[in-house]
Amino acid sequence: MTPRFRDLLALEPLSADELTFLLDQSKPFQEIQRHPLKKLATLRGKTVALAFFENSTRTRISFGTAASRLGADTMNLQAEASSLKKGETLLDTAFNLNAMKPDCLVMRHSASGAPNYVARHLDIPVVNAGDGTHEHPSQGLLDALTIRDRKGTINNLNVTILGDLQHSRVARSNIHLLGKFGCRFTLCGPSMWVPRELERIAPGTPIRRAHRIEEALEGADVIIMLRVQTERLYEPSISANDYILGYQLNAERLKIAKPDAIVLHPGPMNRGIEITPEVADGPQSCVLEQVTNGVAVRMAILYLLTAGAAEDGTHPAIQGVHQT
Amino acid sequence: MLLIQNGRVIDPASKTDAAMDILLDDETIKDLGAPGRFASLEDAQVFDASGLIVAPGFIDLHVHLREPGQESSETIETGTKSAARGGFTAVCCMPNTKPVHDNASITRFIVDKARTVGSTRVWPIGAASMESKGEAIAEIAAMKEAGIVAVSDDGKPIATAKLARQVMDYCASLDLPVIEHSEDVSLAAGAVMREGVTSTRLGLRGMPAAAESICVARDVQIAELTGGRLHVAHLSAMASLDEVRWSKSRGLRVTCEVTPHHFTLIDEDVQYDSRFKMNPPLASREDREALIAGLADGAVDVIATDHAPHEPALKNVEFDRAPFGILGFETAIALTLEQLVHKGKISLMRMVELFTTGPARIIGKERKLAAGQPADITLFSTSHEWKYNVNDSPSKSRNSPFDGRTFKGAPMATIVAGKLVYKR
Repeated sequence: MTPRFRDLLALEPLSADELTFLLDQSKPFQEIQRHPLKKLATLRGKTVALAFFENSTRTRISFGTAASRLGADTMNLQAEASSLKKGETLLDTAFNLNAMKPDCLVMRHSASGAPNYVARHLDIPVVNAGDGTHEHPSQGLLDALTIRDRKGTINNLNVTILGDLQHSRVARSNIHLLGKFGCRFTLCGPSMWVPRELERIAPGTPIRRAHRIEEALEGADVIIMLRVQTERLYEPSISANDYILGYQLNAERLKIAKPDAIVLHPGPMNRGIEITPEVADGPQSCVLEQVTNGVAVRMAILYLLTAGAAEDGTHPAIQGVHQT
Repeated sequence: MLLIQNGRVIDPASKTDAAMDILLDDETIKDLGAPGRFASLEDAQVFDASGLIVAPGFIDLHVHLREPGQESSETIETGTKSAARGGFTAVCCMPNTKPVHDNASITRFIVDKARTVGSTRVWPIGAASMESKGEAIAEIAAMKEAGIVAVSDDGKPIATAKLARQVMDYCASLDLPVIEHSEDVSLAAGAVMREGVTSTRLGLRGMPAAAESICVARDVQIAELTGGRLHVAHLSAMASLDEVRWSKSRGLRVTCEVTPHHFTLIDEDVQYDSRFKMNPPLASREDREALIAGLADGAVDVIATDHAPHEPALKNVEFDRAPFGILGFETAIALTLEQLVHKGKISLMRMVELFTTGPARIIGKERKLAAGQPADITLFSTSHEWKYNVNDSPSKSRNSPFDGRTFKGAPMATIVAGKLVYKR
């Protein structure tokens, strides 16, 4: 049975089988990244709309590269240049983009749930490229792919996530994906950024909070760093010195984790704040593999959503995944 | 003359629950009597209330009619038409209009407009502070003379404890209740729903229950300090209700209301759908249970809808950007029956009390079925099966989370000052 995807809005509703399928589908695209000639014709004639209503460099370039390596054309909308400033609603912007007949809409937005809202009103597939503090599905998938390549499995690992958990869409996608494979989570950061409700966002997945980084790193197979976001809207940030003292991942602390532990970071990194250069550039770090895998994962996503649609010309009516 | 025959009369003021006929003479109730008592009257128009509950006219103590200033969302005419359809005979409209209702000329505008185009009575609530800014006290005495029944800075609390104290003091001397939208605005800043597992999972910014209960605690202390009358609007949290219970046990003049949506829905129902966004936001499962207990045991005095229309262009946006508030009139009776009466949580007598004598007592009105009383009557069915279609509403807005819901029990007819203003 091959799962069929209408949209990719979140990892939370996907099953372990569906997630495995997505990861497996990324493998051939990983190969392509190593070829001297990387361009395919798979999506020739297709158009991917990239609508980034919030600043992004990495994710936008990654999706754009994924689209062009599949042979698709792209339409680009960036928030700063868009008509949103002129008072147009999100839905009107989406309808206007849709009227130019793209085959898929990749969107990032600062409001959690904005892609869900747009997807309810559009008949083309919508890919969530990060929504507010909700989810970042392609990041969750590329992290899992990176972990699977390095550790040989994503089953039953001890995963430690460090930083501003409350505002992290990456952390939520990591938890919803890896949790379905039996991974156990330890969340660590300044306690006001690690609300206790996080322990219950994925029923069935063991999630615990630790306030001391030494305790959090004990026995870790995978360490996922989160960026310290200096632009938080409603919270005063804690001082950089306090953060470094309590939560910075340095070589000394990394020794507490299992010797073969790996370190991930979704970027952009604040070197010297949440992570020392020694760790970021060290043998346990996977940060650049993550970036390479990002293109592969996004090629798989675009391929599955847009090529699938072309064959029978219809989309299942509801969001999520359909077995066929 | 209008004769209401064959109904089951429920009147909390006189503790009546009996088969009775009611004779209306123009704007007042002429007489009540045993079934058939007025059968010999030939010139009376007869309303057959067989199978229906006949109750004193329902009052909605908390509504937004949006006029003046936001007529694209609602007007006094469309809002009261929707109210009549919901079984209400009188509504108390909040002052957060544009401009804010903080002076007597706006009171007079609302009263006059309601008299000419209103389907129901409209009893306005004036602002507590000028422009509801929390700086200077509004023209409360002048507004009272023009017809306000209470004051409130609804949409937000009276900004400071000091001003709340002054307003409560002053209103005590004017014998007016102060209605508080209880919210610690610093704790609630930027929040779009209740804080909890659901808000954390959805990545939506939440406000804790304490955002409400901290302000309730402040205000009940001020009620004690001043001896004033405090009414807590749209109470949603168990901790807030505890404050109200504590106040009542000390004999303070503190009352509270609960909305149908807070005793029906919870935060877990929010799915990035702005029809589920209101303030206070949908609360936790435990809070909902506590509210229902309070409605049953008397800690809660009133069911009020907080009818808050927003035209589709405003509401149909990302959850974060949508304004707070939902429609309330036309589903209030049906939700009360569904959630409270049919499930055996409260009696029909208690339900009628929560919509009539409960709110009336707070604003110094009377609601009872007796000769000489205003002929305001609400007739409803406990068994009529129907489906709520928001597109049938006379309201200008469509923001209801209950669109498409099927109900057992409905408002069937509404009589205001002897006139039938709505019949299903």
